Amino acid sequence: MAEFLQFAFSGLTVGAIYALVALGFTLIYNASDVINFAQGEFVMLGGMVTVFALAAGVPLPLAAVVAVVITVAIGLALYRFAIEPARGASAVSLIIITIGASILLRGLASLAFDKNFHSLPSFAGSKPIMLGGAAVLPQSIIVLIGAGVIVLALWLFMARSLTGKAVAATAANRLAARLVGINTGAMVGLSFAVSAAIGAVGGILAAPITLTSYDVGTLLALKGFAAAMLGGMGNPLGAVVGGLAVGLLEAFGAGYLSSSYKDAIAFIVILAVLFVMPQGLLGRTHIERV
Amino acid sequence: MRRFFANPYLVVVATALAVLLLPLLLESSFYLRIATLVFIFSLAVVGLNLLMGFAGQVSLGHAGFFGIGAYAVAIGPTSLGVPSWLALLAGALGAGLIAFVIGRPILRLRGHYLAVATLGMGLLIAMVFNNEAAWTGGPDGMLVPQLDVAGWTVHGTHAWYWIAGVSLVIGTWIAANVIASPTGRTLRAIHDSEVAARVLGVDVAHYKLIAFVLSAIYAAVAGSYLSLYDGLVTPTEAGFLRSIEFVTMAVLGGLGSVFGSIVGAAVLVVLPQVLTVFQDYEHIMLGLMMIVVMVFLPTGIVPALAGVLQRRTP
Repeated sequence: MAEFLQFAFSGLTVGAIYALVALGFTLIYNASDVINFAQGEFVMLGGMVTVFALAAGVPLPLAAVVAVVITVAIGLALYRFAIEPARGASAVSLIIITIGASILLRGLASLAFDKNFHSLPSFAGSKPIMLGGAAVLPQSIIVLIGAGVIVLALWLFMARSLTGKAVAATAANRLAARLVGINTGAMVGLSFAVSAAIGAVGGILAAPITLTSYDVGTLLALKGFAAAMLGGMGNPLGAVVGGLAVGLLEAFGAGYLSSSYKDAIAFIVILAVLFVMPQGLLGRTHIERV
Repeated sequence: MRRFFANPYLVVVATALAVLLLPLLLESSFYLRIATLVFIFSLAVVGLNLLMGFAGQVSLGHAGFFGIGAYAVAIGPTSLGVPSWLALLAGALGAGLIAFVIGRPILRLRGHYLAVATLGMGLLIAMVFNNEAAWTGGPDGMLVPQLDVAGWTVHGTHAWYWIAGVSLVIGTWIAANVIASPTGRTLRAIHDSEVAARVLGVDVAHYKLIAFVLSAIYAAVAGSYLSLYDGLVTPTEAGFLRSIEFVTMAVLGGLGSVFGSIVGAAVLVVLPQVLTVFQDYEHIMLGLMMIVVMVFLPTGIVPALAGVLQRRTP
């Protein structure tokens, strides 16, 4: 039982990070139909900028804020200079653009920072807490709480604020949204900014546990994308469920089956789910007009 | 004039001429090596373009098939005692068979769901190469014995230039045949509208599967060539970045254009060689170029240029 709990906690911690990446995918996809493969780079930037700001003598809270602001600026630049000019291009072209952006950001990060692994000090000490026989790092709890707060804040923003509703309207039907006076371009830009911020916060929260380096983004983007698809693309709740599911699958797969095939187990389950439910766990059925 | 350019066999002739004439222009064996690599990658991308450009189905896992071909010629001779040429054939057949078996369930998925499923498939294949170290040498990879055909050992850039070049000509010829055949027309119909094609009585799943299997065989043969030519194979040949590279080559050159596949492969093989001068800036330049080309030429290099030419010629 202690072993089971241990795996569950580590799975939930990693899963929370995947959920944040998947949430970023979902937000941008809903607003602009773009699968943003640079989403993982937002997570990398959050962690790396914080690490280097901290090393430069900036206190941790301020370093974290600086990291989020810089990442948001890069997210907006990505939208303004790469996505918006290519509007109307095919889905594959847009995917290539975001992959190009992710290669570009990785190259810039390896120059601006370095190619080593870095870690942040834990925000609340490093003495593990014993829960039902399982040792849990305080940072894991911070990751889980942090992810929960982000999801809640995002939900409140989307459901309660006028701006959030404008974003949702843009996602539902861009033309109709423009007809009722919504600045749809700004809303898409906003969703890029929010996605970048969510990614950056995820990167900062996870850095004390998972380490960060200039190239952590690729794998995170893959897992986050897979999680978003598992949950059903375009569904924020699905993204969270998918992220946690991928994290748990990995942790239990690594613990009970084989650690070298832990990624395989997650993907086999994803393939199996898609075969049975081609629209993901919580996705809508696709209807096409001919 | 327009009809002349639209002829799918034009690219076969052009490729054959290029293969014949390039050695006259490229004197150093360094350039010849790059040309050989362009031919090998073109072969994989021409196949992928049949799937992506004509059938309209995305694959983010084609490096998996490339890796199957690459490892077949490595494992066959060293562990199983199979001669290289037979291992090459077995690799191509094996990749085609795997594509056939998993193609049916995978190709039911659409759009981004298909992308993630092929992505998972590619990652699974790469993981096997990474983890089964007893067979594959693990992450460090393994040495590949030279190809031996009827007592003649194939090695060196010159030999591989001609093998890869002739294979590419044959590959474009087969692709041109497929495109000009009723199968090619059906694939284009599926690309335009899957539902409309189905309403017209097209067995959509069957034709998608044909394109998928064909493209897997192209990729496997290309993979075998690369690992035989390099004498070394590592799991990165089957990895995600390699898959992305293939997709980028196909899209950059132009989906639905066989000539575009070759141009796309040439750009992405030659460019890093040029950019090594800039060392640390290599990735930045590559990323920037991908963005700039896609923003300004969203349909790819060759279709965009062909559009300009067509507007000029009345």
